[in-house]
Order: sequence, then structure tokens, then C-alpha cells
Amino acid sequence: MSKSHQHEQISIVMAGHVDHGKSTVIGRLLAETGALPQGKLEQVRAQCRRNAKPFEYAFLLDALKDEQAQGITIDVARCFFKTAQRRYILIDAPGHIEFLKNMITGASRAEAALLVIDAKEGIRENTKRHGYMMSMLGLRQLTVLVNKMDLVNYDEAVFERIRKDYTEFLARLQIHPVSFIPVSGMQGDNIAAGTGAMPWYKGPTVLEQIDRFQTSRFPDTLPFRLPVQDIYKFTEQDDDRRIVAGTIETGSIAVGDAVVFQPSGKSSRIRSVEYFKGPAKIRASAGEASGFTLDTQLYIKPGEWMVRADEPALQVGTRLRVNLFWMNRAPMICGKTYKLKLGALRSTVKLVEILAVLDAAEIGVDSAKQQVDRHDVAEVILETPKPVAFDLIGDIEQTGRLVIVDNFEIAGAGIILAKAETVATTSETPLLDPAGAHGNTSKFAVSIIALSGVDNPDSPALKRLISQNAIVTMKTMGEGGGEPASLETVFKLLKQQGFILDYQI
Amino acid sequence: MNSLDRLEAHSVHILREAYREFKSLVMLWSIGKDSTVLLWLARKAFFGHVPFPLMHVDTHFKVPEMITYRDQLALQWHLDMIVGENSPALAARQTYPDGALSRVECCKSLKSEALKHSLDGTWPRKRMDHTLGHLTNEAKPEAFTGVIVGVRADEEGSRSKERTFSARDSQNEWDVGDQPPELWKQYKTDFAPGTHVRVHPLLDWTELNIWEYIDRESIPIISLYFDQGKGKRYRSLGCYPCTTPVDSTAKNVPDIIAELRGGKFTNIAERSGREQDKEDGGGLETLRRGGYM
Repeated sequence: MSKSHQHEQISIVMAGHVDHGKSTVIGRLLAETGALPQGKLEQVRAQCRRNAKPFEYAFLLDALKDEQAQGITIDVARCFFKTAQRRYILIDAPGHIEFLKNMITGASRAEAALLVIDAKEGIRENTKRHGYMMSMLGLRQLTVLVNKMDLVNYDEAVFERIRKDYTEFLARLQIHPVSFIPVSGMQGDNIAAGTGAMPWYKGPTVLEQIDRFQTSRFPDTLPFRLPVQDIYKFTEQDDDRRIVAGTIETGSIAVGDAVVFQPSGKSSRIRSVEYFKGPAKIRASAGEASGFTLDTQLYIKPGEWMVRADEPALQVGTRLRVNLFWMNRAPMICGKTYKLKLGALRSTVKLVEILAVLDAAEIGVDSAKQQVDRHDVAEVILETPKPVAFDLIGDIEQTGRLVIVDNFEIAGAGIILAKAETVATTSETPLLDPAGAHGNTSKFAVSIIALSGVDNPDSPALKRLISQNAIVTMKTMGEGGGEPASLETVFKLLKQQGFILDYQI
Repeated sequence: MNSLDRLEAHSVHILREAYREFKSLVMLWSIGKDSTVLLWLARKAFFGHVPFPLMHVDTHFKVPEMITYRDQLALQWHLDMIVGENSPALAARQTYPDGALSRVECCKSLKSEALKHSLDGTWPRKRMDHTLGHLTNEAKPEAFTGVIVGVRADEEGSRSKERTFSARDSQNEWDVGDQPPELWKQYKTDFAPGTHVRVHPLLDWTELNIWEYIDRESIPIISLYFDQGKGKRYRSLGCYPCTTPVDSTAKNVPDIIAELRGGKFTNIAERSGREQDKEDGGGLETLRRGGYM
């Protein structure tokens, strides 16, 4: 291993439908990169002889007894090997639908994926589902292995048909695979070495391909985001530091930078970057499990976000439009209270509306469903009792994600698509009474601003409203009460009441 | 950030998560290289402090240097150290070295049982008294529900399937097939009452990573890992009747790293010197299902 690469390491997940041969490919990779412990291969071969079973490379991985009995990977097994380039952690994710949460666990920590498709069986339900999960998990670096080519006589047409169909499917998920490789895990074709069996294939072997995968870089050029994991004050041995601790998701920060905590809105300045045993630091950036002291003593709680005052802030709101997948046996039900984990935040949360349930395998939409069942992917509205801070997945991927806990288990995981509109209920709209509005224009303006949740007088939407309707005055800004509602709702009501002719947001 | 920086940050994050979520938390310290790296990472996570107790289960068959090294480090780093043991079995000489039990049975009794009852506080324990400078009997042993353990996924098959936060029910049983998902730095931190949780911050580390980190951070490691001139050293530490040293002339950390990178041990399992693994066609897995770490 060359000096420059001796520390480089990359995690790759193996996914695909059950029995399409993931474990065999991994077993083969381990054997051919010399990663197996001495005697292991012989030990497994001997075991197979005793049980009168033909030897399979997959047995190498199936380290647990009950797993071998069932013949399917039930959990995420990690194996380690290296090439001349770098070290690898290979995560074997189960292909069986029952174990989707295990597949997700495996895929979420990977930087690239190998997805295995059985040449004979073709694209199956979980071939698609895993593609969908990868898209949601943000895994973009994918190579497809068309396996068991030996069973289809190494036929190029079979390979090309799968390549065409699956490329089309992935394109709908905004995934563009790096490559397709025809292989046989059983025979070893195109795994570590090329093969004479498929002269029509000119691309890389699996080993060559993975050496070309890029390691993920920490997003230190995005706005700074620190989920505050804890605030420490350890007084032992006369330590008087009060340290804000957490793992930086994105961006970077330095001593002297002005910071804001969200959603509390409190602000301060970085006094020091704390680090045990190491050179003094004045800067910290994405990926670091960091600690900071501040210029002022603030009362802040774990779960807040620390951001830089000179960078875009997070969104703050109570209603989130989320695309989520559900993993628990018990369905997710409207009106029920769950626990939300978003960054370091923990809050209660309710499912208030199901906009659409997608069939992950077919990407069809079933909008009539009233609950989110196990293995469903759904677009929903979630509501928290108090405002929470979050990013949108389209803005900052790392901080636009959340999980839902039900009955002590992580049951759902989602990406935040948008800040959802707050629906004004009748009890919250007395100020929209036409008489009141006519009688007191300033009061009406307050109600619009408060309901809309818009606190910025320069908001383009508000300016448009003003230009369309003279009764809104800017003077009364900030004096409003009531629950925030969306501009859309306010405008709709205004239109219904005949105050404006039309609106556009 | 290089691989070691990433591993360090990942483990520190997990330690902080455990400290935030569990009120009665303890870290197991076997005196070996992995749990000593874990201890070092705790000092990283909490800026020089270790804000929870460490527990060592003493089988009384440990190499004597291990105990000396343990007490020295505990005093030097101001560690709140608890020591548990299976005194009835030791008193009755119900052990493998005494010829009464098989290796696996002995592990079960002196380690798993002792650990279980030391964790739940039902057996007497000792605790380091920093004023007196030695262990004293603990007046009121409390029960711990969160246990931080330094197992690594590359050690053997069953450990490669572990989750970072792993629940064991009141019987200490582990359902390998039905484990919680872990994604986006979110772990299972909500547990039904009566559940015990094991936290594994070192899962993603390899044996080589451990030694590279020891080297980088100059972590004090017990000398049993190094050849003292007889051409032998321990690669994995356990009880002396069941742990065989390996042939090696590695005299320091860089020697060990060189040996692991390209040398003689690249393809020999780390625990190959641990005899209990070889009993019962999968001794360690049987032990782990019964609560062995």
C-alpha cells in the first residue's frame, strides 16, 4: 500500500433482491483480495463437506449459525479488505423485504453502493425498492452488477436488457449509475480478474470499479450547522469551562465568529475551540466532533442548532412536509403522537395529513390511503407542538433529515421537502371578520402578518399583497398575536371574503 | 480529515450520545488495547474528563501486570473505577484452571455471571478510593442500564452484526435478526423499562486502526503486547490459562503496525490465541448470546 493511501478507507454497501447473489460476490472479493483469515476458507469447505453441501463463497460471510440455516443474510455484516489503492469496509445488506431496516442501516453509512441483479431473474421488487431507498438516503454513487451471467450463457442481450430497464428506472429517481458490470460470483468472472467468457464486455472488473469510487468529502463549504448535542460543565480538577458540544454537520467556524442558536434565537460569539490533547485550534469544520466556549453565558438547551450569524439560517416552523418511509409493523396513523429526532433535537410530533403513499417498488401513487404501512413511502405533513428549526433537503441534505420513534423504536425516516403551510382554523380567524377589517385597517394588517408567520417586512409575497390591497399598513408590524398561518391560507380567505380579486405566491 | 480523524469523531459522537441519553451509564474496561483506546476517546469526548464509572471484571486469572497497570492508570487519570468478580466460584475453586469447568463454562461463570451481577449491583463490588489510593468495598452498589463496550466488528462474525446501540432484554438476550435501524447519526436511544443497552463506539475500527491511533495519540498501553526479548508477545489479552502469546519480535507500537500492515499477522485472526473460541464450534457466539461482551 502506498504511503499516501494507507489511511484512505471507503465504505461500500452491497444491495439487491434476495438470492441474487450478494454474499457470493462478497465472499469472492474477500477470497481474491487475500482478506480471509488463514484457514478460514478451508474451515468452511470442511464444514460443507461434513454437511454434504456444495461449497459456496456466501458461507464465508454467514458467520452466524441461524443465518446459515435460513440461507439469507439477516443483518448487516461488515467485512474488511484492501486493494493496492486503499482499505474497504464492505457492508452486506440483506435483500429480503423483512430486513429492510437492516438494509437501510447498511446503506446509510456507505459512500457508494454495488447493487446486484440476478441475470436470470432480472429486476425484482427489492431491486427497485433498494434503488428507491438509496435515492432517499442520498447515496448517489452506484454500480450495478448483473450477476449469475454463467446461468444465461454469458449472453450480452440479457445484460443489455437489464441495463436499459434499470437505467430507466433509476433515472426517475434522479440516480445515474456509474456503471453496469456483467459478473459471475460463482465462477469469479469480472470480480477481481477479467474473463474470457464475455469478450463483448470492455469495462472494468468489480475491483477496478470500486478503486475508482470517490470517498465522500465533508461539506465544509456549506453554511455552518452544529446540532447542539450537549452543554458540559465538568467542575472536577477546577475546570470552569462551559462547553457547547456536538458534531459539525456542515460548514466551518472560527474563534471570534458571531453565532445564533435556533430556534431560541439567542446569540453570542465563539471564544474558543476546545480539543483534548492536541495542538490548539482556532477553527473547526464539518465532520468534527467539536466543542466550543462562548463569549457570553447563555442558557441554551441540547437540541438547538448553532449557526453562524453571517450565513443563511435554518427554517423555523411547526409544520413540515416530509417524504418518509416506515419500518415498523404497526402503521403510522394520523393524529397519533410520535417522537421526532432531528439533528440533536427531540420533540413530540403528530402525523396530521397524508398527501400521498407511494409504492416504493413500483413508484405508483395511492393517495387514498389513510395510514402509512410498513415498507410504504409516503409524503406527509408532520406537526410539532413548538416551532423547530430544520433545513430543506434541497438546501442542505445533512440537516434536512429526520427520524420518527414509535414505541421505543426508530420506525420512520424522512427527508424534509418544505415548510408546510399552517392551516388557520376558524377560532384563529376572528380578525378576518370583514366588519373588523373595514373598521380597523391596522389591526387587519397585524392579523395577516401574524397569521402568515412572515416576520420580514421585505418579504416579496407581503409586498405583493400590499401592492394589491391598500388596507395593509406596515406600521403595525410585529405587534400581532395568534398562531402563524401560511400566506396561501390568508390569501385564500381574503379572496373568499372579497377583499382581493386574486393572488399569486 | 483522514480515516483516524473520522473514526475518532464518530466514536466521540456516540459516547456523547450515550452520556446524554442514559442516566446510569458505565464503561467496561478490560485493560486491553481496545477498551483503553475507548477510555482515551471518552477523555476526548468530555474534554479530559470521564464522567461515568469504569468497570473491570477481575477473574483472578489475569496476568498480574494487568492489575498493576489498571490501578496505576485509574489513579493517574482520576478514573471512577469499579471492580467486580465472582467470589463464590473463586472461593469454591469452580474454575477451568482448577479442573472443575470447561473453558467456555469458566468464561461464563467468571466473566458473564460476574459481569451481570456487578452491573445490576446484586453482588458486592470494589471501587477506587482516590484519597486512600486503593480499592475499597462499595457501600451501595447501584445498577447500570447502559454499558459502553469496546467490541469491534472485525474481531469475529457475531460482532460484525452488532448495532451501535444494542438492546438486551432483562434476560440479557440478543435477538440478532430483529435489530433497530441506525441511520443519519440517529441511534436507538429509547428503551422500554427493564431493557439493558450496550453501546459500541468502536464497531467500525479495525485492529490496525487501533494500533495506528495508539501510535498517533501516544496512548499508554500495557507492555504485555510487546516482545520483551523472548520472541513472544500477546496479541489479545485474556486470562493466562486460556491465552497463548504469539511468536513475534514486535517491541513497540510501530513494530506492531508494520506487522499488521504487511507482515506475518495479516491473515491470522486476532483471537486465534484465545482458546475458548475454539470449543463448541463457535464458543464466542454461544458466550455472547449469554451475555459475554
